[in-house]
Amino acid sequence: MNLTRRTSTLLAALSVTGLILTGCSSNEPAAAATESDSVVVREQWVKAADSGMTAAFAELQNTGDSDVHVVGASSPASSRIELHEMATGADGAMVMRLKQGGFVIPAGGTHVLAAGGDHLMLMDVTSPLTPGADAEFTLEFEDASSTTFTAQVRDFSGAQENYEPGTMDMDGSATPAPAHGG
Amino acid sequence: MADNENRSPRSLSRRRLLGGGVAALGVAGVGAATGYGIVGNRAEQTATGSETVPWRGVHQAGVDTVPPQAHSMFVGLNMQERAGRDELIGILKVWTEDIGRLTSGAPALADTEAELALEPARLTVTVGLGPGVFDAIGLPDRRPSWLAPLPAFGIDRLEPGFTGGDLLLQVCSDDSVTVAHAVRVLTKNVRSLVTIAWTQRGFRRSRGTEESGTTMRNLMGQVDGTVNPEAGSTDFDGLVWDDGSDQPWMKHGTSMVLRRIRIEMDTWDELDRPGRELSVGRTLDTGAPLTGTAEFDEADFDATDRFGIPVIPPSSHIARARHVHDGERIFRRAYNYDDPPAAGSLSNTGLLFASYQRDVLTQFLPIQQRLDEFDALNEWTTPIGSAVFAILPGVVDDGYLGQSLFG
Repeated sequence: MNLTRRTSTLLAALSVTGLILTGCSSNEPAAAATESDSVVVREQWVKAADSGMTAAFAELQNTGDSDVHVVGASSPASSRIELHEMATGADGAMVMRLKQGGFVIPAGGTHVLAAGGDHLMLMDVTSPLTPGADAEFTLEFEDASSTTFTAQVRDFSGAQENYEPGTMDMDGSATPAPAHGG
Repeated sequence: MADNENRSPRSLSRRRLLGGGVAALGVAGVGAATGYGIVGNRAEQTATGSETVPWRGVHQAGVDTVPPQAHSMFVGLNMQERAGRDELIGILKVWTEDIGRLTSGAPALADTEAELALEPARLTVTVGLGPGVFDAIGLPDRRPSWLAPLPAFGIDRLEPGFTGGDLLLQVCSDDSVTVAHAVRVLTKNVRSLVTIAWTQRGFRRSRGTEESGTTMRNLMGQVDGTVNPEAGSTDFDGLVWDDGSDQPWMKHGTSMVLRRIRIEMDTWDELDRPGRELSVGRTLDTGAPLTGTAEFDEADFDATDRFGIPVIPPSSHIARARHVHDGERIFRRAYNYDDPPAAGSLSNTGLLFASYQRDVLTQFLPIQQRLDEFDALNEWTTPIGSAVFAILPGVVDDGYLGQSLFG
């Protein structure tokens, strides 16, 4: 199993805030608790692609007792990554589009990123992703903490969802686009 | 039962929510009652689907795995033009991940038919490299000295569709659905790097049909495989597992020769029972040598009848195939095949003769050369496929298949 996971805290300031907040709750351990601390990534993989768009999938487990919000993702494998969901488009067909507010990993639960559902959308692959290669991903959480994981590339024929026109977020951030353009 | 009781109310309430009303309630009630009966019967059976064979270890599973599983699929693959060293590493890493999962009864990564993975039924997957790979990946000096196509034999009628190959997947399980799923997953997850050269499906008696450990019969009706080193014995280890003296990276691997041997069932039918026994040198009922009474009796090749004629004909299969010295032995793990016959023909039947040995040249080849020179059985058997592979060492810890080759 490929279950590498590295956690880093981006902003020391937030970490301190976390410590203070934790201190207020008598039942919590004394250590700084960031959202990344309670996230375990497993079953991760990425669909092979020579160029253009592709997608990555994983199971995101939250071992903590507060919801965790994934607000962004990045990878050296793609110049930009968006958080996508599948939804019924205007014509009744399933389309993918930006997930409003990102992904929520429920407290004590698991949020599954899967073909046909929520996924990490690699908008522009930087170099060919061939089967068996590893790609590193970073998930960014609402409290500015982050988690990195390594996903294995494999050929996959599914996940060919249409991109809903007008929902592409041109500024490259994962901030949800205003009520989708269409 | 408790689980079933819990489940029924849930399905009832779901039907109500769907608007089925009283009628749906009645149907669901019947279904639930029937369900109890099925559960009761199932409890009396022994399900074997969850049984696993450990895959990680110094050797790959599927060679010394006994008894051999009931179903097998041998898949020969070629690397695509674009694939070189890095791509082969990629293929082997994907297979390492997926084989580890599938053999433990877990879905592969990205498994689109995940439910089919849940009954491994002693699934093993054994991976090998063919002779052509080493040039393709720029490591010609790492090719084992014995890894080459077998020399052409006079008895051969080889068909390209069953011969050669860059990569081997040997997939064995007691369940054929499990085999089909594993082959599908392992090939499609690397489909941009490989093409399938051939697939050969084999079978033995179903699990549970015979006492475990019974020597198989081929489709000529013969007990086939009596003389075979015992898996796990010191004898076996010395004959089968590579010691790294030829290529250090191959230590704990082995070699595999896969010969597809067609049986000429229609002319075999013309031979009566005594003739059949003389051609092999064994009786058909117990498999005993013609000089003995039980299968594992030692054959006496010097015994003669009252006219001075050898009891076991010197031209018989067992007389020709017997090893001349102890080092000239192989481990065989054969499967029957019985595929759709060509139009106008009645049979397409034979044996997938899979042989494992440390050194093809000193162990397998001398036996094959003797059988090529003469074997009474040759009249009814024809080799139509041939392939040789280096079976990679096993995977330990966090390594991947073939890692020692690239180190």
